[in-house]
Amino acid sequence: MTTNWKYICQVADIPRQGARRVARPQGLEVALFRTGADAVYALLDYSPYKGGPLSQGMVFGDNVACPLHNWTISLASGQALAPDEGSTPAFRVRVEDGAVYLDAAELAAHALAQTRPLAGPAQRST
Amino acid sequence: MVKRYKLVMVGNGMAGVRTLEELLKIAPDLYDITIFGAEPHPNYNRILLSPVLAGEQTLEQIVLNDWAWYQEHNITLHAGCTVTEVNRARRTVHATGAGGEAISVPYDRLILATGSNPFMLPIPGKELDGVLAYRDIADTQAMIDAAAKYKHAVVIGGGLLGLEAANGLMKRGMQVTVVHAGEWLMERQLDPVAGQMLQKALVERGMGFLMAAQTQELLGNDDGRVTAVRFKDGSEVPADLVVMAVGIRPNTQLAEAMRLHVNRGIVVGDTMQTTTDARIYAVGECAAHRGVAYGLVAPLFEQGKVLANHLAEFGIGRYLGSQTSTKLKVTGIDLFSAGDFMGGAGTEEILLSDPGAGHYKKLVLKDDKLVGACLYGNTVDGSWYFKLLREGRSVADLRDKLMFGESNIGEGGHAGQNQAASMPDSFEVCGCNGVTKGTICKAIKEKGLFTIDEVRKHTKASASCGSCTGLVEQILMATVGGAYAAASAAKPVCACTEHGHQAVRDAIRTHHLISKEEVFAFMEWKTPDGCPSCRPAVNYYLISTWPKEALDDPQSRAINERSHANIQKDGTYSVIPRMWGGETSAAELRRIADVVDKYQIPGVKVTGGQRIDLLGVKKEDLQGVWRDIGMPSGHAYGKSLRTVKTCVGSEWCRFGTQDSSALGRELERALWRMYAPHKVKLAVSGCPRNCAESGIKDVGVIGVDSGWEIHIAGNGGIKTEVAHFFTKVKTAEEVLEISGAFLQLYREEGWYLERTTHYVARVGLEHVKQKVLEDAENRRALWARLQFALEGEPDPWFEGEKARVDERQFIPIAVAA
Repeated sequence: MTTNWKYICQVADIPRQGARRVARPQGLEVALFRTGADAVYALLDYSPYKGGPLSQGMVFGDNVACPLHNWTISLASGQALAPDEGSTPAFRVRVEDGAVYLDAAELAAHALAQTRPLAGPAQRST
Repeated sequence: MVKRYKLVMVGNGMAGVRTLEELLKIAPDLYDITIFGAEPHPNYNRILLSPVLAGEQTLEQIVLNDWAWYQEHNITLHAGCTVTEVNRARRTVHATGAGGEAISVPYDRLILATGSNPFMLPIPGKELDGVLAYRDIADTQAMIDAAAKYKHAVVIGGGLLGLEAANGLMKRGMQVTVVHAGEWLMERQLDPVAGQMLQKALVERGMGFLMAAQTQELLGNDDGRVTAVRFKDGSEVPADLVVMAVGIRPNTQLAEAMRLHVNRGIVVGDTMQTTTDARIYAVGECAAHRGVAYGLVAPLFEQGKVLANHLAEFGIGRYLGSQTSTKLKVTGIDLFSAGDFMGGAGTEEILLSDPGAGHYKKLVLKDDKLVGACLYGNTVDGSWYFKLLREGRSVADLRDKLMFGESNIGEGGHAGQNQAASMPDSFEVCGCNGVTKGTICKAIKEKGLFTIDEVRKHTKASASCGSCTGLVEQILMATVGGAYAAASAAKPVCACTEHGHQAVRDAIRTHHLISKEEVFAFMEWKTPDGCPSCRPAVNYYLISTWPKEALDDPQSRAINERSHANIQKDGTYSVIPRMWGGETSAAELRRIADVVDKYQIPGVKVTGGQRIDLLGVKKEDLQGVWRDIGMPSGHAYGKSLRTVKTCVGSEWCRFGTQDSSALGRELERALWRMYAPHKVKLAVSGCPRNCAESGIKDVGVIGVDSGWEIHIAGNGGIKTEVAHFFTKVKTAEEVLEISGAFLQLYREEGWYLERTTHYVARVGLEHVKQKVLEDAENRRALWARLQFALEGEPDPWFEGEKARVDERQFIPIAVAA
């Protein structure tokens, strides 16, 4: 089966040592990272610890530090760095001539179960 | 295939194996590694032999690297194997294996980690059955076996190791007599008073003592087993087991045979390389560094780290020696000592002595610095004293409080509990991450942790706000005992570098570095682009040292300073607009209300800094919210000036003596947009009733009839810290200049994430007074530099481009259908 690669943006549209969020019809956003060495990775925008948005974290080497509790997540695998344990779903990425593509099938159907933690009055009613 | 070098290590103990662990972390593929170990065991935690002897832990529990670890890392381990010769010319190690077979292994690099040997008194009878040293698993097992069969034990040597052995044997039911040649117990760690208190406590537990006793010979029966110890004065005590614990000597037998330079140990330089042969290194108890052979684990691990760095061919680490502290691992007895605890000429002593209640504390000071401490009974503050001692900072400003300890200064978040030893296992030590004492102890024992950083990584205890660091350190100290000793004074910024904060600040200034790339290259950073610890620090040092010249790097700032709002647990943000001096108007409140409705903001809260917090704003809405509110950024998200809290003052208040509102507004307008090592909060009160709480602010101003009092370096957070009175002035202009000059000094000298209270504690109040109050020219220069730095600085909410705000972050990428 051939992959249906979906055009997302140019590499240059992602800040170096930073990230962009990619909205999808269902499920949480996909975080698209660009490292200092211009490698591009995609993970679900969701820390395995308490669901923080990884796209907002600091990118260093091939890792991102979650903005909420500073867990370090490997961009290539989605694995938390030891001694922490857990992993974030990773998405396949293709970069060609400076353009970034994601797998349309994954965008539509991969890792739909995760939800953001509730905050504020929203959690009082339950 | 790349050729791997051959690395051979003689010795399979804690220091050596730790060195390899460090090496494998940074250069996993550089070497083929072979280890020769004399004991038939994998690497275990020698420090925990005492709890094993006392029956508190099992041998299995103290293994640090199991057999599988060696396999996983492709390390060839010859356990139970004696190295007979090293041929330096042919670079070959010869050994006899466990089964008597001959083994020869060539090396490119050789590590000697042969540890130390117990010293056996050269007296008749020392070869009898039942005469042991106390050093390894075999000794421990022999003692456990003897305790099951025999009644009388004599331990020769009343030092740390001897007393731990005696305690263990007593717990296993033996009658134990400790024979000690010195005047008091543990004379290398305790002064006479503490030594005698210790002896009294041990006598009460049933231990016998013969002090100042000279052992002459050991007597045996016809079967060749020891039966008694005879002394010089002719007296005898019965003994079925004799443990010699009179000291250890670096094991240098092999090194001497190899004709390496040996003097109290194998002589090494700051890179742990032997001075004789550049291919050969020594690490651990067998090594003599600057004339000292260390016997505690923390210095040895530090050596291991340096050696690993060199073996990995990084070539930047240096070992500069360590200070050590001692704690006895006898359950229920608390004693601690560090540094020059005996005192003497040129030193002063602060004493608290209550032997009846089992409480003794001696602090030794020299030139206003703490140089030694000896504690018996209450050792809660051992880690704090040790920290002060290592930092070598002046304690002049703490002298009156020093004796009562750090707990006296008060911390929040753990119910006032400050005694790790008396806590139950269920006690919640870290209130941020919900970590109990039991969890911490378990991790320390099972995972073999030795440093506060390791405990933090594995358990998260003290990893958030850090207020329980002292408690966690105490638990660590109590659990690993004598092994615990913190590392050298200059702590690196993070694992990316060997350099400390001051070294980085100095290099940036001295060498005029203006970008993080220059800093990383110049200071030989180990990582290509740093980490979340060092990057924000370096970025702050650059922009505070070279304002208008060094460019701010938003990607080196944590999320709040990058998005100019505070991230919340669900990924939304909070927005706090600035209200000068806490004053607002109907028009502003109306706009805020409209924004809450328009963007359906779920939370609105009044803050402690006299402003309004809008909670739960979506990131996509941030720019719209800022624009519609039309008020300046409150910088509630930054390591920067937060608020100037005021009372209404003489404008309204019938007690007000000064116009605190006006001065507060003026200060806030002069200082806003100011980035600093950490957040900065000010307050201005119009009279000594101090309704604005100026006593717990970084700069607190209090109006009195004749002018203004300025207080600095207070703190209302984790550690409630009352501000120091700084000076009293007549006019508002003077308040501005002095406050600004003090904050600029803090901006230029503070370490990243150091609040003013910690900064002033580190450099001393006298230093700040000298620079800001006494030297008027310097004060004006500081104030001018701050004004230059703040001149024309953008408001990131309205001048995004100038503030280098990456606007793409606010808009998610939509994927076309």
